[in-house]
Amino acid sequence: MAHDNSYTGQKFEVVGNRFLRPDGVDKVTGRARYGADANAPGQLVGLVLRSPHAHAIIKKIDTSRAEKMPGVKAVITSEDLPDLTGGDAGMAQTLENCMARGRAMYDGHAVAAVAAVDRQTAKKALQAIKVTYKKLPHVTDVDEAMKPNAPVLHPWLFTAGVDPKPEKPSNVISRTQMGHGDPEAGFAEADVIVEKSYKTEQTHQGYIEPHACLASVTPDGQAELWVTTQGPFTYRSVCATLLGLDIAKLKVTSSEIGGGFGGKTHVWVEPLALALSRKANRPVKLVMTRDEVFRATGPTASTSIDVKIGAKKNGTITGATLELRYQGGAFVGMPWAQLACMTGFACYDIKNQRSVGWDVVVNRPKVAAYRAPSAPMAAYAVESTLDMVAEEIGMDPVNLRLKNVAKEGAQAPYGPIYGPIGIEAALKAVKKHPHMKAKLKKGQGRGVACGFWFNIGGQTCVDLNIGTDGTVNLAVGTVDVGGARASMGMIAAEELGISYDDIKVVVADTASLGHNDTTEGSRGTFSSGMATIFAARDAINVLKERAAKMLDVPVEDIAWEKGEAKAVGKRYSNLPKLSLKEIARKSPNTGGPIAGHNEVVADGAGMGFAAHIVDVEVDEETGLSKILRYTVVQDAGKAIHPDYVEGQMQGAAVQGIGWALNEEYVYGKDGRLENPGFLDYRIPVASDLPFIDTKILEIPNPNHPYGIRGVGETSIVPPLGAIGNAIANATGVRMTHAPMSPVRVLDALDEAAGMDQKVSAG
Amino acid sequence: MSDAVLVTTKVNGDVVEYACPTDEVLLDSLRDRVGLTGVKEGCGTGDCGACSVTIDGQLVCACLVLGVEADGREIGTVEGMAEEGELHPLQQKFIEHAALQCGICTPGFLVAAKALLDKNPKPSENEIRYALAGNLCRCTGYDKIIRAVQDAAKDMRKSRKR
Repeated sequence: MAHDNSYTGQKFEVVGNRFLRPDGVDKVTGRARYGADANAPGQLVGLVLRSPHAHAIIKKIDTSRAEKMPGVKAVITSEDLPDLTGGDAGMAQTLENCMARGRAMYDGHAVAAVAAVDRQTAKKALQAIKVTYKKLPHVTDVDEAMKPNAPVLHPWLFTAGVDPKPEKPSNVISRTQMGHGDPEAGFAEADVIVEKSYKTEQTHQGYIEPHACLASVTPDGQAELWVTTQGPFTYRSVCATLLGLDIAKLKVTSSEIGGGFGGKTHVWVEPLALALSRKANRPVKLVMTRDEVFRATGPTASTSIDVKIGAKKNGTITGATLELRYQGGAFVGMPWAQLACMTGFACYDIKNQRSVGWDVVVNRPKVAAYRAPSAPMAAYAVESTLDMVAEEIGMDPVNLRLKNVAKEGAQAPYGPIYGPIGIEAALKAVKKHPHMKAKLKKGQGRGVACGFWFNIGGQTCVDLNIGTDGTVNLAVGTVDVGGARASMGMIAAEELGISYDDIKVVVADTASLGHNDTTEGSRGTFSSGMATIFAARDAINVLKERAAKMLDVPVEDIAWEKGEAKAVGKRYSNLPKLSLKEIARKSPNTGGPIAGHNEVVADGAGMGFAAHIVDVEVDEETGLSKILRYTVVQDAGKAIHPDYVEGQMQGAAVQGIGWALNEEYVYGKDGRLENPGFLDYRIPVASDLPFIDTKILEIPNPNHPYGIRGVGETSIVPPLGAIGNAIANATGVRMTHAPMSPVRVLDALDEAAGMDQKVSAG
Repeated sequence: MSDAVLVTTKVNGDVVEYACPTDEVLLDSLRDRVGLTGVKEGCGTGDCGACSVTIDGQLVCACLVLGVEADGREIGTVEGMAEEGELHPLQQKFIEHAALQCGICTPGFLVAAKALLDKNPKPSENEIRYALAGNLCRCTGYDKIIRAVQDAAKDMRKSRKR
């Protein structure tokens, strides 16, 4: 049955409150089972051998000694993973990323894998595998990789989107262009033009739980995979394709997930675990080390960006251009620079704008999504440059943003016309926020920046089953990355009109529910929330039919209010109301089990906008920037469970803070990652931070019955720009390279001081 | 496991015996031999605190201690925090304050926060932030964790006074 997804402005009883999450007790007592916490009879330990070279031909892999070792049950190389992808280039590259095929493309690229009776034996077996490499020239920097003399990674890669079509292969995958109006005409109208170039380094999602799985393939072609993933259904289809299994015979169960942030949307070691299990004919548990997670999963792109913004003295932006160069690692993946083109100017209504994106391959691990992927870097460049424009024309930077802010009816950089959106409200809330009045001392500065993320919907499927005692099982297929089971339970309780405590929400495995798209794009609460509403409404229709039977009245005369069926009309005034519990109890005699289902492509995800305020103190002796105050203002559409909405806003902001100030992949001249651990890749700790203040705005998404927008990603977008602006405000120095780590700040301060001296000497 | 050593230890008050190789870390012994998978591995190098346990009351990363070193000592893990079916106040406050999102770091935070409050029942915000600086959380930005610890400390002080 088709349902209307329009926002109705209904009043809420349950939604908007702060209920305790159902998985809380398991998670505080150590009982919750994550990727590495499952075991199977006879399981083996799987380990992966990885390339120490950034780029090398694999001349020979000698596994004979390892295979003969007692306790070693399987050794695999790419020969055990024949290419079954049938001409699907993307899938073939996924296969090659999982296991090198004749050539190691980056430091950490898998070359072979073993399964043995215990970890010690498996480690010894890895050491016994002899790989003969012939090193090739490598390139890890995006600008270097685009140069004509750069080593070419793939002889088949010819840049798409350029005219004429290139005759020679290069590392540039594609050129994308979008925008509207005439930027050059816009610049001609401008009183002030600011041009600046920026770089951002590669960062990792940094989920605390490494990738882990337990794979079991039996000789009859059936298989099970227990795995920490954001997308069990996607993992199922990808693994089935790569291994030649029937989709229906591979059951994937998503464990509790110890953080993902986009990094657990792609397969890495899972196909290897399945291949090992198939070869050994025993279950195989494979858990990545932190070193492997950094070297061989999917960090975000490092970038190089040019911005040009022209404005009139009154603050009107007349023209703007962006040139974005994003490296996506060693393989062709998502068009990351294209996403950047779509997001860079999205907060503003700029009549004449153009964004050009270049997607590039380098000898680094294949890039994966990282929370609002591609947007934070573009926003860093745009938001920093906007503050410089404001300074040039002598305008308050928040007022400059408000003057040009995108409103309903404005055109997004990628074409569509905005519906109701929240960025103007967010900036107005920033202006009014007490944070803006907090006193700043010498060496301290304040910065404001905006951020945008699309959010998505997608294929979604839920089951809602009512037990004879009137309690409800709700099975969803999006995974719970941060309290979603509580939100889904609240939505079901709201619709059915029963107590939150009477709903039990489970994340279903792939054999128990229809396909659900991966939990990404901030779609979990939006999509599964929508499907839960519709499934509950279907169940209510069944409940009404049963009530009609019990009361012996036509079903058209039954209404459902606050968890009860009621016959409407004077002639029924003597009939009792029937509660959900009463109807459920009688269900065996009125037609059997009562359930609601919904399968939907959840369209109409509402766009997410945020504005952040940060106060920073810069120690000019050490270059260290300390966050003094931080405020996040974000439009949630409707906050189902405000605690977990705030949690998303705070967590995203702090990931952005880490990126802005400290986190980066450091590659040596040899093309090897020099800091693959949490000691040297330092994410923010509690003592680095103040409390992160939040303000949730609720501008309803017209395309969701409750007005929900995705909230997970948007708030990682503004921090880099906001912090760069705060540092500039504190020191007078504009940072153009993130992270704005102590060494970069010191160098920038030194350079500024040197320039001042030159000026005074001259 | 030719070099295995028999270890007799006490874990969360119960006597436990296991045989482990001399190069095995306590983290693996607890997870794989004692079955306490509440002790999490986030890094294996002592940087993330997800495997925080106590040995004779001292807070350590179980990935930096050998399994054989537990012999004759008393180990405390997250599994031992709730007593007689009652959650420890820290556990309760973590749930109430939404101080966990994915929850993978939670066991380590709880063990570390308990070690702090055992020593210092009235820590300042800064003392909490620095005491927990060895525990990484990537989801929460620490805000709600700090608030949960502050609130638990307050409740524990009240119940002590009674």
